[in-house]
Amino acid sequence: MTTLLDVRDVSKRFTMGGLLSRKVVAAVQDASLSLDVETPEIFTIIGESGSGKTTLARMILGLELPTSGEISFRGKTVSQRVSRQERLDFMANVQPVFQNPFEAFNPLKRIDRYLEATAARFLKLSQRDDLDAAMDGALQKVGLSLVEVRGRYPHELSGGQLQRAAIARALIPNPPLLVADEPVSMVDASLRMSIVNLLKSLRDDFGVSVIYITHDLATAYYISNRLIIMQRGRIVEMGDARTVLDNPEHPYSRLLKASVLSTEDAGAGKLATDPGMVKLAGELVGKAGRLVDRADGRMVRVY
Amino acid sequence: MSDDLLKVEGLKAYYQMNYFGVRREVRAVDDITMSIRRNEIYGIAGESSSGKTSFIKVLAAAIRPPMRIVDGSVKYEFKGLAVDVATATPEQIEAMRWKHLSYIMQGSMSVLNPIRRIGRTFEDFAARPLGLRGAAFRQRVIGHLERLKLPADVLNAYPHELSGGMRQRVTIGLATVCHPEFIIADEPTTALDVVVQKEVLGLIREIQQDMGSSVVFVTHDMSVHANMTDRVGIIYAGRLVEEGPTRQMFFAPKHPYTAHLVASLPRIGDTAQRPALEGRPPNLAEPPAGCRFHPRCPLAVDKCKTEVPPLVDVANDHRSACWRSADVQPLVAPQAPQAARGVMA
Repeated sequence: MTTLLDVRDVSKRFTMGGLLSRKVVAAVQDASLSLDVETPEIFTIIGESGSGKTTLARMILGLELPTSGEISFRGKTVSQRVSRQERLDFMANVQPVFQNPFEAFNPLKRIDRYLEATAARFLKLSQRDDLDAAMDGALQKVGLSLVEVRGRYPHELSGGQLQRAAIARALIPNPPLLVADEPVSMVDASLRMSIVNLLKSLRDDFGVSVIYITHDLATAYYISNRLIIMQRGRIVEMGDARTVLDNPEHPYSRLLKASVLSTEDAGAGKLATDPGMVKLAGELVGKAGRLVDRADGRMVRVY
Repeated sequence: MSDDLLKVEGLKAYYQMNYFGVRREVRAVDDITMSIRRNEIYGIAGESSSGKTSFIKVLAAAIRPPMRIVDGSVKYEFKGLAVDVATATPEQIEAMRWKHLSYIMQGSMSVLNPIRRIGRTFEDFAARPLGLRGAAFRQRVIGHLERLKLPADVLNAYPHELSGGMRQRVTIGLATVCHPEFIIADEPTTALDVVVQKEVLGLIREIQQDMGSSVVFVTHDMSVHANMTDRVGIIYAGRLVEEGPTRQMFFAPKHPYTAHLVASLPRIGDTAQRPALEGRPPNLAEPPAGCRFHPRCPLAVDKCKTEVPPLVDVANDHRSACWRSADVQPLVAPQAPQAARGVMA
């Protein structure tokens, strides 16, 4: 068993304010997780805003340095203090997909130019034919084709198509790992499932592992193998997606699940959340506790 | 006084532009006829660029060029005031605003003035319609905030000092302090986290039932509609394609687009493959002929490509604009309520 990505006891603290009004915010505290090379999987990070899920993703991408702890990719520490070549090699292996595809693309540039630049840089291609083949190959994987995309500007595609093009761009260097930060929250309802299904097919058909960051428990249940639930920078529950979401154990996970709006009793107007549950979950914020293993393979933070 | 608070008839609102001699017309709202009853929450669902925001702007009487009402009427029948937005004078619209018709907006941070305390913002919005000043006004506002479970000292706070959920509650307070009969809520919870979202939705519902107002609730999230609304209307490419009681819309939809929207919602406890709708929403400057959904529709036949289906009754209180509405199958079956399956209610 070789590890693809290993995150060990990673913490990130941000300091805000000046000398006199210094405030330290612990965005991520002691997070650990690891992904295997052999079994591609969709690993989901669930949390509300302020839970540290995006900070964790940025650290995995090497955009942010952990305050303590270590992240290694294929045995090499992820760091910004490396040579340009090493950094490029790392970027070719771990690619990001961002939330809003309209912001990810330059509106004044044609989409194929962006794809072409990625292909030229990471695959070191310069021949027209090679570039086209690489672009077309990646676009085919996401259900588009170069003919459809060539010469088009971002505003000419729908949000769903554009997000797929963004994923195609990320796939050009054939990375074993994608980090997708809320890839569907800006996409229209009717197109959302096409993106989610695409992530699923990347895993099943092309063996790409995906770190899927979301606050939507329903899509997480639908596609992920394993997940972690984060509350204010701490991992509170971790394990197999189905096991955890079918029967969450930590009070915060239970609150999240209870807050998911179900369509099963549509029209009944049930909107009450048990206030006891909110209080119970709220009281645990800031307490350290520790993660313990459970018999069914999950880890839960106990206090 | 009739049952309907708002009657929209044959409404057409277009964006008409004329750049350097090139005329361009975007038919954002194209022939919508519907009504909203007293004391109900009516949900409007639609994708971006479906024209739902334009429709809401017309309802809110916030029509700015290049948008223009080309045809039709939007008639409100408030207590002691009847207004047709299409022909109303600015004075009439001012008399109606906030007192009878108010608006809960999406971004609470951009609604509240960042450099004024919340109390001052309340004065700006509500002092005139309420006709109160000074201590009496403050008393009234504090009483109202108590109903929303907000402490009185939020009035002394600046918007940035409050959390997202608190701010959204303040904007709800702002929109409801005059007890309007008609409230438009435009995606009020999209920016909120799941836990807070549920709380805010519950609050809107509670205050609606308290005051007996009508609420038009706009969002593209069908699971919110399932829990919030009494009736839902689906807008696709500038047209109302289906409307009906919420439960029926979810379990017996009569338009393929609705059936798809409902079926594509993933659920916890169910990992069956969810279908995705191919294609993209049409460009409203050149909408497809016939039924505007036909290029993406799995049921489309030749008739759909040429003839526009009218919105007709398909069941009790349920209307659909589809030539093949009888053949639409619900893609998901109704299930037992969650509580029955051993999950915490």
